[in-house]
Amino acid sequence: MITKPGLLAQTARIPERNAIVWRGAIVFKLIGLAAAIAATFVFSGYHLFQLTMVIIYAIAILGLNIVTGYSGQISLGHGAFYAIGAYVSAILMTQYNLPYWATLPAAALVCAIVGFAIGLPALRLGGLYLALTTFALAITLPQILKYRAFEDWTGGVQGIVLAKPDAPFGLPLSADQWLYLFSLAVGVVAFVLARNLLAGRIGRAMRAVRDHPIAAEAMGVHLALLKTKTFAVSALFTGVAGALGAIAVQYVAPDSFSVFLSIVLFVGLVVGGVASVAGAVFGAAFVVYMPNVAEKISKAAPDAIYGIILIAILFFAPSGVAGALARIAERVRGKDRFKDGIPLQGGTR
Amino acid sequence: MLTSAAEPMPPLLEARGLKAAYGPSTVLHGIDFAIDEGEVCCLLGANGAGKTTTLRAICGMVRTEGEIRFCGERIDGRATEDIVRRRIAHVPDGRGTFMELTVEENLRLGAYLRPTAEIPAALAEVYEYFPKLRQRLRQQAGTLSGGEQQMLAIARALLLKPRLLLLDEPSFGLAPIVVEEVFALLERIKQDQRLSIFLVEQNANLALALSDRAYLLETGRVVMEGTASELAKNEAIRRAYLGF
Amino acid sequence: MSGVLHQVLSGLATGSIYASLALALVMIYKTTHHVNFAQGEMATFSTFIAWSLIEAGFSYWVAFLLAVAVSFVIGLAIQALLMRRLANAHVLSAVGVFIGLLLIFNSISGWIFGYTVKAFPSPFESGNEKPVLGGYLSAHELGASLVTLAVLLAVYAFFRFTTLGLAMRAVAFNPQSSRLVGIRVDRMLALGWGLAAALGAIAGIMIAPIVFLDPNMMAGILLYAFAGALLGGIDNAAGAVAGGFAVGVIEALGGAYVVGTELKLTIALLSIVAVLIFKPNGVFGRHVVSRV
Repeated sequence: MITKPGLLAQTARIPERNAIVWRGAIVFKLIGLAAAIAATFVFSGYHLFQLTMVIIYAIAILGLNIVTGYSGQISLGHGAFYAIGAYVSAILMTQYNLPYWATLPAAALVCAIVGFAIGLPALRLGGLYLALTTFALAITLPQILKYRAFEDWTGGVQGIVLAKPDAPFGLPLSADQWLYLFSLAVGVVAFVLARNLLAGRIGRAMRAVRDHPIAAEAMGVHLALLKTKTFAVSALFTGVAGALGAIAVQYVAPDSFSVFLSIVLFVGLVVGGVASVAGAVFGAAFVVYMPNVAEKISKAAPDAIYGIILIAILFFAPSGVAGALARIAERVRGKDRFKDGIPLQGGTR
Repeated sequence: MLTSAAEPMPPLLEARGLKAAYGPSTVLHGIDFAIDEGEVCCLLGANGAGKTTTLRAICGMVRTEGEIRFCGERIDGRATEDIVRRRIAHVPDGRGTFMELTVEENLRLGAYLRPTAEIPAALAEVYEYFPKLRQRLRQQAGTLSGGEQQMLAIARALLLKPRLLLLDEPSFGLAPIVVEEVFALLERIKQDQRLSIFLVEQNANLALALSDRAYLLETGRVVMEGTASELAKNEAIRRAYLGF
Repeated sequence: MSGVLHQVLSGLATGSIYASLALALVMIYKTTHHVNFAQGEMATFSTFIAWSLIEAGFSYWVAFLLAVAVSFVIGLAIQALLMRRLANAHVLSAVGVFIGLLLIFNSISGWIFGYTVKAFPSPFESGNEKPVLGGYLSAHELGASLVTLAVLLAVYAFFRFTTLGLAMRAVAFNPQSSRLVGIRVDRMLALGWGLAAALGAIAGIMIAPIVFLDPNMMAGILLYAFAGALLGGIDNAAGAVAGGFAVGVIEALGGAYVVGTELKLTIALLSIVAVLIFKPNGVFGRHVVSRV
């Protein structure tokens, strides 16, 4: 399911290696995809649901990664976009009887617009302002979702219950299996889109903004607009994940989308590896499976385990799981060290 | 100048094989120098020769290798605060005044390490050298003129009651007439207090006039040393640094 | 009209609490250029310490002082153990560590003290007093704002008139020069953290009787403090205090006459966004060159 991180950047840098690396990447990807599809029939029930959630969180973290990893801005409120996506999907399905798949583009659009609106004032300023604003959004959103005037749509505190979609075209699949495959398909599309985006001209401009903002501006990159667009795209990905999440969980309610959802996504991002597309998958797996582990370590304070892991990773392995794997891979191949992550230490002074 | 034949007094400050680097680029390639008690010594050299770095190295503000001894004790590798606590005062490049704070607050900070009882007398002494500062006590340091800021920086350093004063380009960015004023003051302080000074300066004429001894630094190496008058007479120095 | 006056006074009372939390945020921001996202959870934890001391039979003010002292030490420890190493860190690492601290404090509060909502005693009321100031404020509101005001004045005096306070300000402006006059910069930063944690503790203890105590108590309060700090200018201590009061009044009036109490947090969010759009350096803030 996972290809080597940083691969695309290398193929761009070293054309003569292109063919070999590219073929290797394709093989890796195909094996990964085959394994992911095979999982449909290997796992069932709760385990399959968990895998579905891994895919969904991977898409959400991928969205966060686009803004934090590639444009260097920090969002502590991506849970809000996840929530908005989920609610758009749920409302369209229950109030307007739209089929579940048709709600995804709508969720994407709404989240992109909200992302643009939130990003515009905050991103003009840079630094910590986006983190502050998004954090505020994440804390505020549950209260807005509970607001009585919106109750006809949002279901207020009660939330909205959804029906699980069945497999179409009479396919011999259970609803769980279909949901998993559907999420997988959306996930593959999302990752391909993200890769193309990040490898292309826009991605280069984004990295330039992250690493050398003043030079980038001098070269004609419109900083604030590019950052805001990036943020909107990032919100879009996470919104789609939210919509998928609503369908998978079959339930949306304000209290499922507290600020802790945003924090969990942020933790997933850091654990998986900032600025690594594949890292989103590691991060998602961490987010889904970690609660079980954390509760085994400490029944009393499982969230504290998250906090400790987060701090430990920032101190000792700032490029996350993906970065660690990439470093190992690079060492095996005897090449340069992984360079795409954001370093823990900034300037010397 | 030995005080006794058996025990030569160690120099006030002595560096041996001093190297310094910013990240990968080495700035000082192992230099030696020494300053005796009561001596004014200057470090001459072109831009980028490593003069400022030498002063920063003494104060533990850059990574160094080699030995630095103050009064015979190793001070290299120590924290800046600890070195300052041995009463080495440093007027850094850019003067290092607290722009946002008032003149009075800057002076109070200069006397940070002095016992409270000594402070009024110390301030009075400083006001004698720098009467202008006294009139501007409530003014933000950032609003002072360049010359006044330099005076404030020197005053702040003197309040430490230093055993060694490190001065980094006191003439920098000042009008010639102000530079003369600053150097006249330094001359007065030197005469009054027998203060040991290590001076880094682009203006070799003024620096040599104030100094007893001098070192010439080129791309991180000491290429010449001697008494100030020797260096002032040296043909190469005259052509390259004195301009006549 | 008296309704408006009531809301304004009550807003100023809660505003005093936002102001002290905003001041705590600004103190950390000025010295380190980091925003402490864990400030709220740290304050909640401190409030729980006070609560358990009161439960254990300590008198209110003894518990208050002990909790503030413990918080001060916790602040020192955080600087010494974590933040010192993050002095030159990328902003992402710093934010990550703050989020980690937020999780740890939130989780430990819930673990030790439980997740049930608890009533917190007020030293200014025993249950049956009439409102004071002609009915415009509850006794607790008045008492809490007096305590907070006293604390704010004490903090001002400390920074303005003592050598230690001066040294801390010097470190915030210019750490390099501070070292050159012999100030131990790390100690001053630790002291700043300690003071910020103590201020947070006072804010938590004073607000707890109004909002009730649970592990998530301060999340919303922190939002108002953010809004206040941004409104006043994130690098301006006096501005942040004024901003805290202003946000308190805006919240009270907005809650009463515009959006209703159910959407009060939205007022904080909108204040933040509005400040960023119209007055990005805050009303009292200096012009700040964009930190890209």
